[in-house]
Amino acid sequence: MSTLSTLRTAPSDADRALRRRHIRQTWGQPWLYVPLAGALLLMIAPFLWMLSGSFKPEADIRAVPPVLIPTAPTTANFHELFSRLDFTSMFANSVIVAVAVTAGNLVFCSMLGYALAKLEFRGQRAVFMLVIGTLMIPGLVTFVPLYVLVANMKLSGSLLGLILPFLATPFGVFLMRQFISSLPDELIDAARVDGCRELAIFWKIILPLTRPALATLGIITFLGSWNNFLWPLVVAQNESQYTLPVGLALASSGQDFTRYGILLAGSVVVLLPVMIVFLLFQRHFVAGIATTGLK
Amino acid sequence: MTSMSTKTLPGRGDTHEPSTAGPQRSAGRRPFALRSTARGRQTRAAWILAAPFLALFLAFMLLPVVWSLLMSLTDTQSADLRTPLNVSFTGFDNYVRLFQDDQFVHALRNTAVFVVVGLPLTLAAGLAAAVALDRGIRRFRAVFRVGFYLPVITSIVAIAVVWKTLLDPRAGLVNTVLGWFGIDGPAWLADTRFALPVMILMAVWRNLGTVMIIMLAGLQSVPQSLMEAAELDGAGAWQRFWGVSFPLLRPALLLTAVTTGIGYLQFFDEPFVMTQGGPLDSTLSATMYAYNQFGNGNYDVASAAGYVIFVLIVALTVLQFRVLRDKD
Repeated sequence: MSTLSTLRTAPSDADRALRRRHIRQTWGQPWLYVPLAGALLLMIAPFLWMLSGSFKPEADIRAVPPVLIPTAPTTANFHELFSRLDFTSMFANSVIVAVAVTAGNLVFCSMLGYALAKLEFRGQRAVFMLVIGTLMIPGLVTFVPLYVLVANMKLSGSLLGLILPFLATPFGVFLMRQFISSLPDELIDAARVDGCRELAIFWKIILPLTRPALATLGIITFLGSWNNFLWPLVVAQNESQYTLPVGLALASSGQDFTRYGILLAGSVVVLLPVMIVFLLFQRHFVAGIATTGLK
Repeated sequence: MTSMSTKTLPGRGDTHEPSTAGPQRSAGRRPFALRSTARGRQTRAAWILAAPFLALFLAFMLLPVVWSLLMSLTDTQSADLRTPLNVSFTGFDNYVRLFQDDQFVHALRNTAVFVVVGLPLTLAAGLAAAVALDRGIRRFRAVFRVGFYLPVITSIVAIAVVWKTLLDPRAGLVNTVLGWFGIDGPAWLADTRFALPVMILMAVWRNLGTVMIIMLAGLQSVPQSLMEAAELDGAGAWQRFWGVSFPLLRPALLLTAVTTGIGYLQFFDEPFVMTQGGPLDSTLSATMYAYNQFGNGNYDVASAAGYVIFVLIVALTVLQFRVLRDKD
């Protein structure tokens, strides 16, 4: 800017061109910020509404026209939510299910992913095709017999019924195989020459290198499990098994339908953990999505 | 596991390098390990690594898929499901019944509208956002990226609840804002003309972030030298996009089109939470129909409906591969 200011006395065409280039280099296309900001507002408005609504007293919620900023912010909605809808146990259920499902996927999918990517064995192609082929099968096709199966295993009364069907997913295998394929074969050959056992190669050499892919798979699986709705809705027999989305959905279609404050507070509670996980691991997440998406 | 033993037993074992002699000796109790070839050891390790996944996969994926197909071809109404073999085989009766049911046909049409309108809109919006963030602006990129992606990571149930309050005909924010401009907003979710379009727009709002993230990564992998060469040749921004970036984005576009399409064909959570499929079935999806049949104990009809959706998914995926695959 200093070079520009010394020349300010006589702004020529060249100066203006220079200035335009400077703006372009630091800002890009200035006019684009207006529609993008408008779009951003549309994207986050529901979240702001959710947050503001969760702290609104009942009078504000029923106000016509609606108030955006609570006149007297209160945490009453949250208190009532946790006492009346038993959100504490639903929250615990969601955490237990999501953590177990995530752990299972990290272990089982990386094991098979490594075998498919780097080991040679008969039936390898068949296993790969079988697992990848089921990526297209909708959950809907399996949920009826799965329900019968889980009910017959006497698991429909426990959280295990929510966990078991999701412990090993084809998507995880696909992701881990893609990533492990990109690691150099020489690493494994060198380890073999040094006398490292096959399983030790996986455990000591490959697994530490797959940390970025594991982080991606972990986040995706955690978010997926946390937000999963159809299966817990089908399997959960009573309130002690409800996960947060199930509890929230049933509350919103039941007699609490008009109690918007409580529902919005519930939405905040459902959203907060995934927001934290996402913001903490955003970099891994985006990088992982990008690498699996493009290969 | 059978291929493991057949491959390891006829070992030409003693040919491998001497450095493995140490660890091999400790495994002396298992003679086949001692005599195994490098190939045999790999096979053994591979099956050990694959076994836990495959066991879970067989029990909770493959078995239900086959079972569901059998259910869709039988009459489960009178059967005791604890003995699933004790049912009568009825061929394609359930499928015939499905397509004779006006409600199912109506649900299929709603699903088709959801996909045909929603999918292109989602792809276009996500692509536009990605191009704007990649080439258009240089400041606050992270803010826009996180903001646009936020709906993707949110529970659909939480989103549905929030939108339901926003769209409340009387006290909702949407109609209040419209009122400022003198527009008397409709009843949205309670109006048969608006309920489905609103849900399609919600889906676009929710899913464009996924498309954006993958497209952004694709755009960033476009070599800068290629763009500069095109610019030197006098190609404008629009020409550079269609001529250089877009062909390279094709695999990413195919991936997002396929995954988003599969999701849209199964849409369920929004109508379940917001309208229960109403008003007058205007938001009833094929998946909701299947869920309702399941809830009524008609497991066979629900399974058949699941397979109809599965066939549609395969058809849509094949079509997308035809249209979007690289032409070489």
